[in-house]
Amino acid sequence: MASSAVAPTSSFLVDKKILGFSASCAQPSSFPCSPQLSTKRASKKVVSVMTPQQSERKSSATGAVKTGMTMTEKILARASEKSQLVPGENAWVNVDILMTHDVCGPGSIGIFKKEFGQNAKVWDREKLVIIPDHYIFTTDERANRNVDILRDFCNEQNIKYFYDIKDLGNFKANPDYKGVCHVALAQEGHCRPGEVLLGTDSHTCTAGAFGQFATGIGNTDAGFVLGTGKLLLKVPPTLRFVMDGEMPDYLLAKDLILQIIGEISVAGATYKAMEFVGSTVESLTMEERMTLCNMVVEAGGKNGVVPADSTTYKYLEDKTSLPFEPVFSDGGARFLKEYRFDISKLEPLVAKPHSPDNRALARECKDVKIDRVYIGSCTGGKTEDFMAAAKVFLASGKKVKVPTFLVPATQKVWMDVYSLPVPGSGGKTCSQIFEEAGCDTPASPSCGACLGGPRDTYARMNEAQVCVSTTNRNFPGRMGHKEGQIYLASPYTAAASALTGFVTDPREFI
Amino acid sequence: MAAISTATPPTFNLSSPSRNPNPASLSSLKLASSNANPSFPHSKSLKLHRNSRFATAAAPSQSASSPAANPTNTFHGLCYVVGDNIDTDQIIPAEYLTLVPSNPDEYEKLGSYALIGLPSSYGERFVELGDTKTKYTIVIGGDNFGCGSSREHAPVALGAAGVAAVVAESYARIFFRNSVATGEIYPLESEGRLCDECTTGDVLTIELGVSKLINHTTGREYKLKPIGDAGPVIEAGGIFAYARKAGMIPSRDA
Repeated sequence: MASSAVAPTSSFLVDKKILGFSASCAQPSSFPCSPQLSTKRASKKVVSVMTPQQSERKSSATGAVKTGMTMTEKILARASEKSQLVPGENAWVNVDILMTHDVCGPGSIGIFKKEFGQNAKVWDREKLVIIPDHYIFTTDERANRNVDILRDFCNEQNIKYFYDIKDLGNFKANPDYKGVCHVALAQEGHCRPGEVLLGTDSHTCTAGAFGQFATGIGNTDAGFVLGTGKLLLKVPPTLRFVMDGEMPDYLLAKDLILQIIGEISVAGATYKAMEFVGSTVESLTMEERMTLCNMVVEAGGKNGVVPADSTTYKYLEDKTSLPFEPVFSDGGARFLKEYRFDISKLEPLVAKPHSPDNRALARECKDVKIDRVYIGSCTGGKTEDFMAAAKVFLASGKKVKVPTFLVPATQKVWMDVYSLPVPGSGGKTCSQIFEEAGCDTPASPSCGACLGGPRDTYARMNEAQVCVSTTNRNFPGRMGHKEGQIYLASPYTAAASALTGFVTDPREFI
Repeated sequence: MAAISTATPPTFNLSSPSRNPNPASLSSLKLASSNANPSFPHSKSLKLHRNSRFATAAAPSQSASSPAANPTNTFHGLCYVVGDNIDTDQIIPAEYLTLVPSNPDEYEKLGSYALIGLPSSYGERFVELGDTKTKYTIVIGGDNFGCGSSREHAPVALGAAGVAAVVAESYARIFFRNSVATGEIYPLESEGRLCDECTTGDVLTIELGVSKLINHTTGREYKLKPIGDAGPVIEAGGIFAYARKAGMIPSRDA
């Protein structure tokens, strides 16, 4: 592990002396010159003693540091104004964006007010993004009240980015309303390479697709960030996943991440960063990279990350005008473990009930009769997810055999579903293809039934049924009913299964 | 911001249990008995600081300087046993997330729904219908306890129900961190697989200072992994209370 990688201290110290810091280097164990002495005691000293000393920090930024860092380590180092961090170190990290939503926002605000005072102001009104998305289209009074709490707070604090909804009867009457926070963050340009994004939702890790550090936190931590703009974070060691090979046209990023979670288990990356590289990853679109990073938390991961490249910059072109500075893992960066996959040999996968690591080939489950299909959520409710499902329906020319529920993640996705032509369809939109296939009409954008929610949530599993879903979790009760059975799958596999009424490998249709 | 002084002597680690027990700082607040469960004399309610959670006036004087009423931090009560990968949907299903934990009434209500998402294969209810508190003050789990969503409602629901500690083989990261940050429960790690060794209803004692768990029903004793630097944070009632106590941030009324 990281602690085994103690760097050659002597050469480092020599470098420092050349740079004229010999005085502070007299004792190798005292900070500024030996940050890479990565014993636990040394790193704790760094945290508690050295942060305020601004002047010495510059020294090692001049190129004297020889220890390679992973991109996760580099992002956290920059955000904590340190030249070097090693896994296991705790660092006070400056937060670039804090996101919260209607489920955890009111509680976070409550803690912020209690701890910092009723008249306290948030640390930066332009760095807080508040996105109602979980329980929106419901008559549940408490759920509606929670959105009101967000609105009052945003008005009081003059929050710049609040994606409000007031008219629940027609989401389109709310131009500000977006929908699922993780997809909205990307679409609205809040995800930027090299930055630190925290959110009160475990799937905040989705934003790692942009080459940034992004992770989920609780209300109390969020309350702290609201007041200070900082959080004490422990630097995770990185697991590296190298995926090479041409991706077959019946696979989607969902298959890749289900493969990985099946490989390392639902706790295989606990406390760890997951870095995705390789030619397959480079070939993925931004939305597909988001799917990959979205489910790292299902392996217990702290964050997932994909190096930024031309695909990233292209996506960001018309979305943000703020400057950003991407970082990349050094050649000499240390990874806790490296996994390699030849994606050209992979087959469509599902995660069987009741765990995301309960991996099986879709074709192995062909005798599993299903009651419904659900396409939606931050994981599988993006524009390309609906395009993929439409492609399968189009190729088959058949009708679905089970109720098929479609919940676009955001208003933008909904618009795409109703306006973008599906390739090879002669100009038909997804919505037309879905209608012809007999699917339910695409619903108002929100988190929907991915996590069950209030009883009147659209497509909530209120009976003990079997569902193939493009969502992220299949623990007991996740979509509503405790005895319900959820098979997690790609949009291809979900659409193919809808057409047969059984779990189905999409190669039967495409 | 200036409110945080990073130059504090005690570093604390919210991310994982470290192996640096600090029994000296495990002080007084836990043992006062309340009347949560008169019918179970063994299961005292162990958490006085819970009451101060909603106090409007800060109580920064709950510092180490005041003499400890009972320096041995010991939990005693009935246990409830669950398995591996108990995710936050089983601890507190999403339909109850409209409850806002920082609101005292809704905090109590969250407790009444703790572990209500467990499948029906669990015979015993964790909290009896109509009650807000559980008779089980210790939860024994397997691997990866608290996986799933980042909802802080999960450790809060357990704490609000009257749980003092969870003892599991391992924890999901965010659940562990939320437990420490809120100070709601002690997320303790066992050396072995206690969920195979204990049965719901067994009478347990946890002696935090010596990291030991005793099952009085079976007569067996087990070692726990030390809670380390997270202990004093939970003891204080969460990161804010701890940070005030340690002088990292000013007291609320200052």
